[in-house]
Amino acid sequence: MPGIHLFKVAAPSVAKKARPGQFVVVRIDETGERIPLTIADWDEKEGSVTIVFMEVGTTTARLALLGEGDSMANFVGPLGLPTHIERFGTVVCVAGGVGVAPIAPIARELKEAGNKIISILGARSQNLLFWEDKLRSVSDQLIVTTDDGSYGRKGLVTEPLKELLASGEKIAQVVAIGPSIMMKFCAETTQPFGVKTMVSLNSIMVDGTGMCGCCRISVGGLTKFACVDGPDFDGHQVDWDLLIARQRIYLDEEKRSFEQWRGQSGSCA
Amino acid sequence: MAKLDLNRVPMPRQIPKISGKNFNEVALGYSLEQAQEEASRCILCPRRPCVGGCPVEIDIPGFIQAIRDGDMPEAVRILKNKNALPGICGRVCPQETQCEVVCVLDKKGAPIAIGRLERFVADWERANMPSANSSPVSPRPTGKRVAVVGSGPAGLTAAADLAKLGHSVTIFEALHVAGGVLMYGIPEFRLPEEIVQAEVDYVASLGVKIELDSVVGKLMTIDELLGNGYDAVFLGTGAGLPMFMNIPGENLNGIYSANEFLTRVNLMKAYQFSEYDTPVKVGKRVAVIGGGNVAMDSARCALRLGADEVYIVYRRSEAEMSARREEVENAQEEGIQFKLLTNPKQFLGDEQNQVVGMECYEMELGEPDESGRRRPVVKAGSEFVIEVDVVVVALGTTPNPLIAQTTHGLETTRRGTVVADEEVGKTMKGKVWAGGDIVTGAATVISAMGAGKHAAADINKYLGG
Ligand SMILES: Cc1cc2nc3c(=O)[nH]c(=O)nc-3n(C[C@H](O)[C@H](O)[C@H](O)COP(=O)(O)OP(=O)(O)OC[C@H]3O[C@@H](n4cnc5c(N)ncnc54)[C@H](O)[C@@H]3O)c2cc1C
Ligand code: FES
Repeated sequence: MPGIHLFKVAAPSVAKKARPGQFVVVRIDETGERIPLTIADWDEKEGSVTIVFMEVGTTTARLALLGEGDSMANFVGPLGLPTHIERFGTVVCVAGGVGVAPIAPIARELKEAGNKIISILGARSQNLLFWEDKLRSVSDQLIVTTDDGSYGRKGLVTEPLKELLASGEKIAQVVAIGPSIMMKFCAETTQPFGVKTMVSLNSIMVDGTGMCGCCRISVGGLTKFACVDGPDFDGHQVDWDLLIARQRIYLDEEKRSFEQWRGQSGSCA
Repeated sequence: MAKLDLNRVPMPRQIPKISGKNFNEVALGYSLEQAQEEASRCILCPRRPCVGGCPVEIDIPGFIQAIRDGDMPEAVRILKNKNALPGICGRVCPQETQCEVVCVLDKKGAPIAIGRLERFVADWERANMPSANSSPVSPRPTGKRVAVVGSGPAGLTAAADLAKLGHSVTIFEALHVAGGVLMYGIPEFRLPEEIVQAEVDYVASLGVKIELDSVVGKLMTIDELLGNGYDAVFLGTGAGLPMFMNIPGENLNGIYSANEFLTRVNLMKAYQFSEYDTPVKVGKRVAVIGGGNVAMDSARCALRLGADEVYIVYRRSEAEMSARREEVENAQEEGIQFKLLTNPKQFLGDEQNQVVGMECYEMELGEPDESGRRRPVVKAGSEFVIEVDVVVVALGTTPNPLIAQTTHGLETTRRGTVVADEEVGKTMKGKVWAGGDIVTGAATVISAMGAGKHAAADINKYLGG
């Protein structure tokens, strides 16, 4: 798949404690930065934790170069509060892009807790879709959308979401995970229907333990640290513009660093 | 006896014009001759007030005598007998309010430069005694296991003392390096990483296991540690939660907590960005809010990262600053501008959410408050704007609530600090001790070490030692 990678990492102690919705902070090597990645799956018996990431900058591009048997310097977790799992009734799980990775274990546990799961899986194009079967296996119903119509229904995830809400079926909760802009629009879609919408925020982080405040966001007018107070929050309360602006703080530096890295490594990632 | 020399031997240092542009250590340390000359000023008075002024009761006249005799290994032995981290303490302890302020020479002239001498002995050891020689012989194992949470000065000291008594000690540290604030907070130019690493290595050489990347409360809880074969736990997790001001605009881009700013610069080496991947913003004008050591360190880092103008914005006057006198002077000499009796009202941003200015009040000093310092009050109608590209908020920290939230029976105060016996650090929870900033709130390296020491002794007693 172009630019999307799945790693199974041997981390027995993290695997033992991982819960849906939590994340890890990884650092590739001595010169690397610390970045948060959501836990996509884990296997306590095998002692492994699965992470899925998209190549978007130097760190993810460098991470993508690791292969089987390689190791990374640091793998810290499980961090953040687990997703609140309870028997709500019908839950719609909306996954955008790589958001399918973190949503899969959430859907699984919600299903196990007795909820009816309707999943909406969206991507820009067919070649960016993955884990369709995995999500289907824990869903009572699965709707797939692509922006370009190359697979499933053409359009954005918010369209089937809106139809479901309008259909009259009682929906107890929506869980939306994906790019900030997609989560923002999901929250805007559900707001008029008054259906609680949980989102998983991916702010920039350093330590991931509440020590720096880099990840701060505003929820319901209060400053929160995404790494310890979240990453799950009520999407109707999130100040999306602030989140999106704060995610762009280092755009220039990231570009510079990426170009330099590409020049040095001679690769054309 | 020779005539009293009332002046200290000056310590060689980088000149401020140059030091403000690099991350190398500013103070360069004494040579053997300089150290001996300074040591010879000590009158070896029989009352030894300096020992009482030292929170870990180092035999100060003893190691000074050894320096005079030229018996450096003996000086090392005396120092390390009470202090496992002398290279650190010699650099960052506030000696001017502890051992040096009570020196009898202080009444007539400059007190003995005890901190500089301590640093000299520690540096001499690092250069001249390979670590194997200085590690004591292995004690007989007691078969007891102790978990130490956090690897700052409190945790390192407790771990070292417990290991020397034969207990099997494991430190659990959340970050990817050991050392706590000494590594992520205090900058290279004041406390080189190499020094801290050497002290951490020393602790490891005593047989202490150090588990990095281990966030206690997430990876395992205190109760799980106790259930999994640990006989006692020492909490030395510090005060790592940054305080913000809760004024409008605080979440604008370019506004950092001092913890974030210093972590990016020191721990993640953002000052070598391009070689290292972690970025940090600096811009032309940086305002650092606060008047403590953390503020001075942040300001001096910003200067070294290339800011044209760096301001310390402090709501009281210079006399009330909690930073060490020496650090304030260093900052001033390097060209940091002090905007005193100034307090931010709100931060101003542009349409990109980037901070561009800071609206401030002028303040004046009123009656003393509970801290004994005169309370700053707003001068009505005094608002003015300072243009800034980056702001660092250095207003203090409180303990991270993670441990308290995940540990049954651990009591905390309203300030979030853990309730523990003042003398020995015993908490309200069985088998759990605590010490350092987690108990006192943000304090000093040496007080954290003292707390680690006293707790280690009490844990040893509890374990039947
Ligand atoms: C910038 C700065 C400058 C300073 N300058 C001076 C100075 O000049 N002189 C001086 O005396 N003092 C100074 N101080 C204060 C001094 O550094 C602290 O008082 C001292 O480090 C406290 O030690 P500690 O061991 O209690 O905690 P810390 O040094 O804070 O160490 C705590 C450790 O515990 C770890 N931890 C936290 N939570 C967990 C968890 N859940 N699981 C595992 N590990 C965890 C942290 O990562 C950290 O490594 C300064 C502080 C700062 C921030
Ligand atoms: S990432 Fe540092 S506080 Fe959240």
